[in-house]
Amino acid sequence: MMTDLALIRDMVARVPDPEIPVVSIADLGILRDVSLDGDGLLQVTITPTYSGCPAMDAIRRDITDACERCGAGEVEVRTVLSPPWTSDWITEEGRRKLREFGIAPPGRPAAAPGPGRRSVPLALSVRCPRCGSPDTRRLSEFGSTACKALHACNACLEPFDYFKAI
Amino acid sequence: MSEQPALASYALRLGDDALILAQRLSEWISRAPQLEEDVAMANIALDLLGQARALLTYAGEVEGMGRSEDDLAYFRDDRQYRNVHIVELANGDFAQTTARQLAFSSYQLEMYLALRRSRDLTLAGVADKAVKEVAYHRDHATQWTLRLGDGTEESHRRMQAGIERVWPHVDEMFRSDPLEQALAADGLAVDARDLRSGWDSYVGAVLREATLTRPQTWTAPGGGRQGLHTEQLGYLLGEMQYLARSHPYSGW
Repeated sequence: MMTDLALIRDMVARVPDPEIPVVSIADLGILRDVSLDGDGLLQVTITPTYSGCPAMDAIRRDITDACERCGAGEVEVRTVLSPPWTSDWITEEGRRKLREFGIAPPGRPAAAPGPGRRSVPLALSVRCPRCGSPDTRRLSEFGSTACKALHACNACLEPFDYFKAI
Repeated sequence: MSEQPALASYALRLGDDALILAQRLSEWISRAPQLEEDVAMANIALDLLGQARALLTYAGEVEGMGRSEDDLAYFRDDRQYRNVHIVELANGDFAQTTARQLAFSSYQLEMYLALRRSRDLTLAGVADKAVKEVAYHRDHATQWTLRLGDGTEESHRRMQAGIERVWPHVDEMFRSDPLEQALAADGLAVDARDLRSGWDSYVGAVLREATLTRPQTWTAPGGGRQGLHTEQLGYLLGEMQYLARSHPYSGW
């Protein structure tokens, strides 16, 4: 049974993110756990990057399909909010794939602001994923999906997505 | 019908605030002053919708009458909504929307920061997640308040007018009632009165830096938490609920 669980975990880990299919849900840190509960029922635990992430329904469906394909049978996909997802959970492998796909991987997240305090964002420069130049600028804190911001490179002039650090 | 448990009522209030503002902000999609703002408004609305879904789902579970998030969002009339008035106000121009975003996101961030310590693990979990999102919303509103307030004569005039328009509705966010106070005493909810000083110091600093004047204005009567709303909520619900009521429980 242990080997089976390792196989299932491997299959589930490979489920691609529906919006950025070059990375898997394991690469992004969305996949939290694959285990058997007390009754031997397969449980997969995932967490959203953002509260409103519209990809969660598709991810749940893709996990169920992946389990069916490898003969794992019935699966319960649980969504947990706590502890909250952080971009620090994106693996080195995930960061490399994002960069190659043209999305700048996240830097270190800023500390959460305290009550009444204004946060002082100290953003390190974001490197252009196309030409590697650190001479880039932010066009918008918000991008094509909830998890990305829009930047542009001053060296090669290309706009690019930046995976937000939270 | 039995009385709704206090915890369900509380989750419904927070969820309704997020849901109604999400719907309002989404009205900017394809109408914002620039493409980046179109995207920003959609993203902020989506974050709020995500928070609303978690809170309404939880309200339905605690209530125990089998109501889903969709039942609560689409099949309640305005008198059953529990949001504060500031989120249902019509958008006005971009400056007025910015003023509302500054006022509400500053309140919501203080509230979620405090709610992270709730003994109720679901509410604490929603809050812990939302803090990161709302910090972005507040920063976005702050940047625009500074740019418009300390911009041209016209942008300053409009930003000040936007602040004047939403200010009468600020006090309502910081009122609490026996229901909220009892839950707060149990360590489950946040007493909104405790959030005012943090809000005042943050928003006050932004207004000063933006060369704007803090309005000396009247206070609107409020009543959103008791189900008393402005006329504007009816139109918003009409648009939001039309499809679900015409074709109940259809999926696609």
